[in-house]
Amino acid sequence: MKMFLGLVMRDIRLAMREGGSISTVLGFYLIVVAILPLGLGPDLNLLAKIAPGVLWVAMLLSALLSVDRIFYNDHEDGTLEVIALGAMPLELVAAAKSIAHWITTGIPLALVAPVLGFLLNLQPEAVWVLVVTMLAGTPAVSFLGAVGAALTLGLNRGGLLLSLLILPLYIPVLIFGIATMNAVLVGPGSFVQPFAILCAISLVTIILSPIASAAALRMNLQ
Amino acid sequence: MRLIIDELAVKRGLRTIISGLSFHIESKEGLLLTGPNGSGKTTLLRALAGFIEHDAGTVRLEGGADEAEVGEQCHYVGHKNGIKHGFTVAENLDFWLDYLGGAEDDTGQGKRSCRDTALETFELTNLLDIPAGMLSAGQKRRLGLARLVMVKRPVWLLDEPSVSLDVHSVKILAGVVEEHIRGGGIAMAATHIPLGLEFNRTLQLGIAQETEEVFG
Repeated sequence: MKMFLGLVMRDIRLAMREGGSISTVLGFYLIVVAILPLGLGPDLNLLAKIAPGVLWVAMLLSALLSVDRIFYNDHEDGTLEVIALGAMPLELVAAAKSIAHWITTGIPLALVAPVLGFLLNLQPEAVWVLVVTMLAGTPAVSFLGAVGAALTLGLNRGGLLLSLLILPLYIPVLIFGIATMNAVLVGPGSFVQPFAILCAISLVTIILSPIASAAALRMNLQ
Repeated sequence: MRLIIDELAVKRGLRTIISGLSFHIESKEGLLLTGPNGSGKTTLLRALAGFIEHDAGTVRLEGGADEAEVGEQCHYVGHKNGIKHGFTVAENLDFWLDYLGGAEDDTGQGKRSCRDTALETFELTNLLDIPAGMLSAGQKRRLGLARLVMVKRPVWLLDEPSVSLDVHSVKILAGVVEEHIRGGGIAMAATHIPLGLEFNRTLQLGIAQETEEVFG
């Protein structure tokens, strides 16, 4: 457990230290959301209507920008080889690194989303749903992303392939994230069901994706 | 303690690099791996560390910790140093100390002294607070090698450990390896540059003989 936490803390410290990484993701999110109203024109009703979807899709794209970072640097400088020789199984290594990614990317993105929502005339009552659904959905984004990152490790410029592999897997998260928001904002029906499914998706990926990531890592260590 | 390699075969893709290799190393023995480029020195070391799957055969460490895999009892020093450029020398060492030595219940004091020994051995004490990214290639190498001294493990697998080290540092490295062997450890090194070290045995690898015919 100490090793696990140590690895999580190390990744968080590295993400902070290497600066750039967190702020680039947030900057990208800001830009994508900010240019959209410029393209659509100043129709406030339209913007309010599409705000949840835009915020979610832009969040997924921004998160995708940073998932290759989960393993790439460690693979590049040889740290991964040494980590693999530690007593901790690679499954837990993958889980620790995904958690660190969620803390350094998922949480900041979820917290910044309502602020960007004002650019899109997001209804005030939607703010808390947005934050809650994003906090529930982003673990899946990080853990699934880790699988793609591990798979594309050995490739030069694996980023594009990574997007092709992983974006389709984000669709369920997107669907149930938006469904929860719509249930609260538009109705009818309860938001409990879609929200429960969203949480379930996150929990399942937290359990399953480290296994897939570890298998991909073993392949890339060869 | 004895590292036993029994009928080991390793493939990379469709090419068999090593086949039917059997030998063993006792503790207090050092083994020098030689052979031309492409003869499978790195492949063998990586296979022993557990990075590359064995096509056939077994590798086991007799007299080591029973439940741990061979890889967990090895130090592998490869072409890359495994250090984080964003961290200072001290932070790099502290992380490895916690991570690799994590299983042992060492007191904080004991850990500090392990780290200090490693720093002194590889003459890194003055560089403690400098980010690893600002070190020279040789200093980075020394920082990577400091792991060997800091965390005790019985088997050392060294792949060209002396790359980018100066004459003086090579001497330090040779001393460290010698002490490890004398203290009951096992060391295997692949190197072209003489380390100034007497190895008990030499294993000569040849260029892979057989390439499997697939489309024939």
